[in-house]
Amino acid sequence: MLRLEKRPQPSRLWTFATPPLAVLITMIAGGALFAALGKDPAEAIATIFWQPLFGEFSFYYRPQLLIKAAPLILIAIGLSLGFRAGIWNIGAEGQYIMGALAGAGVALALYPLESRIVFPLMVLAGALGGWAWAMIPAMLKLRFGTNEILVSLMLVYVAEQLLAAMALGPMRNPDGRGFPGSRNLRQYESAHNGELIPGTGMHWGVAAALIAVILAYVLLSRHSLGFHIRLAGQAPRAARFAGVRPGRLVVFCLGTAGALAGLAGMFEVAGPAGQVSIDFNVGYGFTAIIVAFLGRLHPVGIALAGLLMALTYIGGEMAQSTMGLPAAAIQLFQGMLLFFLLAVDLLTNFRLRVRLREAA
Amino acid sequence: MGAIDPTLLLAAIMVAATPILLAALGELVVERAGVLNLGVEGMMITGAICGFAVAVNSGSPVLGFVAAAAGGAALSLLFALLTQLALANQVASGLALTLFGLGLSSLLGQGYQGIKPPPTPRLDLGPLSDIPFLGRVLFSHDPMVYLALGLVAAVWALLKFTRAGLILRAVGENHDAAHALGYRVVRVRVMAILFGGACAGLGGAYISLIRVPQWTEGMTSGAGWIALALVVFASWKAGRVLLGAWLFGGVSVLQLNLQAAGLAIPVEYLSMSPYLITILVLVIMSADRSRAPGSLGRSFHASQ
Amino acid sequence: MTLTRLFTTAALALGLASTAMAQDKTKVGFIYVGPIGDGGWTYEHDKGRLAVEAEFGDAVETVYQESVPEGADAERAITQMALQGADLIFTTSFGFMEPTLAVAEKFPNVKFEHATGYKTAPNVSTYSARFYEGRAVQGHIAGKMTKSNIIGYIASYPIPEVIRGINSAYIHAKKANPDVEFKIIWAYTWFDPAKEADAAQALIEQGADVILQHTDSTAPQAAAEKAGNVVTFGQASDMAEYAPFPRVSSIIDDWAPYYIARTRAVIDGTWETTETWDGIGPGMVAIGEITDAVPADVKAEALAMKDAMARGEYHPFTGPLNKQDGSVWLTEGEVADDGTLLGMDFYVEGLTGQIPN
Repeated sequence: MLRLEKRPQPSRLWTFATPPLAVLITMIAGGALFAALGKDPAEAIATIFWQPLFGEFSFYYRPQLLIKAAPLILIAIGLSLGFRAGIWNIGAEGQYIMGALAGAGVALALYPLESRIVFPLMVLAGALGGWAWAMIPAMLKLRFGTNEILVSLMLVYVAEQLLAAMALGPMRNPDGRGFPGSRNLRQYESAHNGELIPGTGMHWGVAAALIAVILAYVLLSRHSLGFHIRLAGQAPRAARFAGVRPGRLVVFCLGTAGALAGLAGMFEVAGPAGQVSIDFNVGYGFTAIIVAFLGRLHPVGIALAGLLMALTYIGGEMAQSTMGLPAAAIQLFQGMLLFFLLAVDLLTNFRLRVRLREAA
Repeated sequence: MGAIDPTLLLAAIMVAATPILLAALGELVVERAGVLNLGVEGMMITGAICGFAVAVNSGSPVLGFVAAAAGGAALSLLFALLTQLALANQVASGLALTLFGLGLSSLLGQGYQGIKPPPTPRLDLGPLSDIPFLGRVLFSHDPMVYLALGLVAAVWALLKFTRAGLILRAVGENHDAAHALGYRVVRVRVMAILFGGACAGLGGAYISLIRVPQWTEGMTSGAGWIALALVVFASWKAGRVLLGAWLFGGVSVLQLNLQAAGLAIPVEYLSMSPYLITILVLVIMSADRSRAPGSLGRSFHASQ
Repeated sequence: MTLTRLFTTAALALGLASTAMAQDKTKVGFIYVGPIGDGGWTYEHDKGRLAVEAEFGDAVETVYQESVPEGADAERAITQMALQGADLIFTTSFGFMEPTLAVAEKFPNVKFEHATGYKTAPNVSTYSARFYEGRAVQGHIAGKMTKSNIIGYIASYPIPEVIRGINSAYIHAKKANPDVEFKIIWAYTWFDPAKEADAAQALIEQGADVILQHTDSTAPQAAAEKAGNVVTFGQASDMAEYAPFPRVSSIIDDWAPYYIARTRAVIDGTWETTETWDGIGPGMVAIGEITDAVPADVKAEALAMKDAMARGEYHPFTGPLNKQDGSVWLTEGEVADDGTLLGMDFYVEGLTGQIPN
């Protein structure tokens, strides 16, 4: 009989060992899947995990990894603070959209003014947009005790409808021959979130993600607020004795997550995406939740998890176009990776004990 | 400008509400047991293709629905293993389940595009169907509509009157206390999750076998997420899920009808309204005693 | 910029390598917005890809990527194909316009073809189909077939292409049957089977006995079949599984001739930037078989109109035509110019309701 026994402390060894283990298991299971589809499993796995990093065209894919990972990391860092404190914001997708709409709204309102002030204003608006959207569940939770999981999720749908309304209505490009979608901000010099160093993929969003990782690390390990966050999540009653004000924590965690998600949306709309369109959001807000857990809610872990997710996206695309693997197989593969990563986390917190019936 | 016929509108709402009603009922039971499974969309679409494939190959819609329930339940078993045995986080596992289900369904569905499934006959209710107004609204649908309605009553009765319902609620409210009383928390939850998966599968198959009926990738297009909203809207009560399903289904059908009747309406803003109403309901509910199950979303391990 | 140079070198090196390795193998890439199993838009583009393979055999290799989101991901997907040595890349959705142009700038030696857009470059062509010609044929049949004089129209988004289709169908339905009335539902989606089914249902309940659709799933066909006496038309693909009734005809996007011609141009080295907007004549728009559910004389009239358009003798937007507000758009015998058609944002006289925005 197998038996689970809770460890008094999470195992340090397994904290580090489980992610590679999960990747390994996924490679085996995924390989079997690809073989079943009639593709060479070794080649498929190599295409997904090796080609983008060290393949012939890695000079292009490495920067792309950063571009893809940046919004995931930025959002996941914000979410992880709340998750640690037991505050469940799963509406980052909505906050991401609102940040993008606010940021793009400022740019479109100022168009065609060329000035240094445009971009900073957009950054501010993006953060504020996401923050304000996250404040709705926060305020309702404080005032009425409503569940923030549900309110923030509902607001995602509202934001999606608002996005469609904007892309078709007020923000529609007047020179776009009636097609939905705004002006291309990449062609608006002052608003364009371009590469800071050519050829590296580094745009302001990547820089912001990096700064967020560092600040979150400092906050959690050095600052009393970080201590309060951890305490509130692990021992709510003790936290109250320690003088933690839960209301403040809710406002801080949801607000930070919202602002970071909003920033991510704004950097995306002004850079890689370029315009407000009906399908602007591609699920970064939801994927970031997974990234936060894969990274075990630790800032450095989140950075690595974000990069790993980005790798499976980009490698998966390569496998599609070079090997003719269906998009569905890649989706399935990603799903498996997440399952295994979540499952093996068990080993971090629990000990597997083999107990023989007779011996007991 | 034509007027909208309320009889036909109500009949259409009954049909539009059925898939989300089925999925939401399942999720309601899951959440009442204290588990938050965000993978409804993934289970629905898996049910949609399983049901479609089996119905096409066997020629029997009934077998199709059975297979859909089995397929949804099988997928939810993955979630159960992850969250109940491996104690993984439920939010992340649910999202992963959706991703997995969407991928799996489109792989399974290759080769099933452009095929018509065997038709599901209307349930013949004889003279009842001829009653003016009520006959068209209530008594002229396919069997699944009535199954869904029956399920509402069954879930309501189960939760309210039976011992099993009591145990389920106890597990959902406070799993430690329920464990102390000797209830098998994990077993109850796994069963609830399987039930939820089966219901979601049925809801998905309703779309692919009756409402549309055809198979195309991603055809549930967000119905699973609406079902999640519905459970909240209903404040975890079976009867209110039915009301909510009619409201959510009603808004989408009504806006199309208003357009067909020639009225200019802001479509996006109308589409937002069910979600805003849900938030409003949440706020109003906070004054009420009904609220989310106490252990919702938390992992349970006996040693804690 | 260093990156551009890197790209060019890589592309050049690759181009050289591939010509050295496989002198005659031309690589053609396709970027799809949906899954190839959508049974409509993407499905037809993929049929075009398969036709290219069948036409050229070993001389051509095709690659594709499906379900590519519009925006940043599209740019990467297109770049990826260019890096892997594609000589010609078709990007098959309007939302790929900006990414296509951005990538084309970095790969001057690769040819790009963007569907339904309006921006070109030295190595970017655009192509689109005059679906409104097919709509004219549909409108005629619809006007003749309706008994309730109410025709339902499931529109997707309020964009010029969709508005053109509505106008074209209405003009010809009205000509065939002066009492005809259009009821239009904006679904705000290209593809959502459940919603399309509901929309069809709502139109049928409003008395429509003919349904035209500008969305891609067969859900409206099924709804019509259930209703029993409602006529439909296939959209994007033939939807022949619903023939002979309710589906009495269809508009088919046939990209194969164009894809084959452009691939041949690349092989022959004669590729040039073009702005193609083809209709029934060159075969980009095909009219699916008109079934026997349509009376023989109506069928003959419809086919005659189709042939007249194919020969270029008849233009669906020929005056006299007024705009919805009654102002004159085209005078007697005047034919609409392409510029107005491409940016069409008004209904013609007789249509009720407003275009939402």
